[in-house]
Amino acid sequence: MDPILILLLAMLGFMLIGSLIAIETRDLLSSVICVGAVGFGTSLVFLLLGAPDLAITQVVVEILVLVVLVRVVITRRDETHATSRSTLPVGVVLLALGVMAAVVFGALAGGPEEGALRLRPFGDPLMSAEVPAAQLAPAGRPDLAPAGTCSASVGGAFLEQGLAQSEASRGTGAANYVMGVLLDYRAYDTLGEATVIFVAVIGAYAVLRKVGRSRHAGNESDR
Amino acid sequence: MQGMSLIVKNITRVVAGFIILFGAYIVLYGHVTPGGGFAGGVILAGGLALVVLAFGEEFARNVLTHDVARLADSMGALLFLLVAVLGFMGGVFFTNFLPLGDVGALLSAGTIPIANLGIGIKVGAGLFGVFLALAAFRRATSGGSAAHGRLP
Repeated sequence: MDPILILLLAMLGFMLIGSLIAIETRDLLSSVICVGAVGFGTSLVFLLLGAPDLAITQVVVEILVLVVLVRVVITRRDETHATSRSTLPVGVVLLALGVMAAVVFGALAGGPEEGALRLRPFGDPLMSAEVPAAQLAPAGRPDLAPAGTCSASVGGAFLEQGLAQSEASRGTGAANYVMGVLLDYRAYDTLGEATVIFVAVIGAYAVLRKVGRSRHAGNESDR
Repeated sequence: MQGMSLIVKNITRVVAGFIILFGAYIVLYGHVTPGGGFAGGVILAGGLALVVLAFGEEFARNVLTHDVARLADSMGALLFLLVAVLGFMGGVFFTNFLPLGDVGALLSAGTIPIANLGIGIKVGAGLFGVFLALAAFRRATSGGSAAHGRLP
């Protein structure tokens, strides 16, 4: 079996165990640390799948979130309440685990024949088909098509045209294709993301502000 | 809060500059190597958060204030929007109007490094501001009640 696949499955198991501990543990600090472990597992999965941009971002965001959460948890060290455990949630969890084990078993043990329960290889239908490059041209501009054949996916088209600086297709000039897509081809998306972050930061300021709150409280106490 | 012990402060003095330098590298070389504005901005915010955690809230109140974070946040967003609007020089919104240069060089890819810089400043300042609001000022505003409520 592919060693990458074995590593991926090991990471998935590690993340599952980490999430279960994070849900079930009584201590809030242990729960936060388990959430962090799940995040680092996610970044390793990204790295194994060949997405270093995502892996870097995941690691860094995880560290910052972990610092904030640990600080908040240490500041107010109240522990979660002990709840009486009914059998229904445990049963649901066990059922979900069983279904997941069945799916994983089917994915690994199914043969290559048609109809078997089998996971496709990563990126199989999207990134592997070869089509004539003329189909990749924008509507109404067949002169923009690259020569020859290339893969049918959008990724293939970006790889074909991303660096090219001919008269026909203007590339981005960025050696990192991901940045070329994020900030040139799909810059509108990035603008939307930036707007989302901006609004989220404003919302956090508004919720956590102290100026309006304290004055309001002062007025209340004056009365 | 007076910050942490002398060991933490000294190690922070040595390390924080390198962390911030690495964040700036990730932002500026986003179009050449993996990374980019968002990841580099979060690294910058993490380095600043380390400084604030080590040196205490006095440092945050005097040097790295909330207003600075808010200003840098808005400036980064405006820089990104400026790049977008300047695309009208080349035709439409977000046109890469600058010369593309050699692939792999630092000064290449047209407007992408500038947009990366804007996003890096924006994300770094925004997350650092949220960190200040969440972690640092929470205790300052609640004052003695938080210290009172803390378990030994």
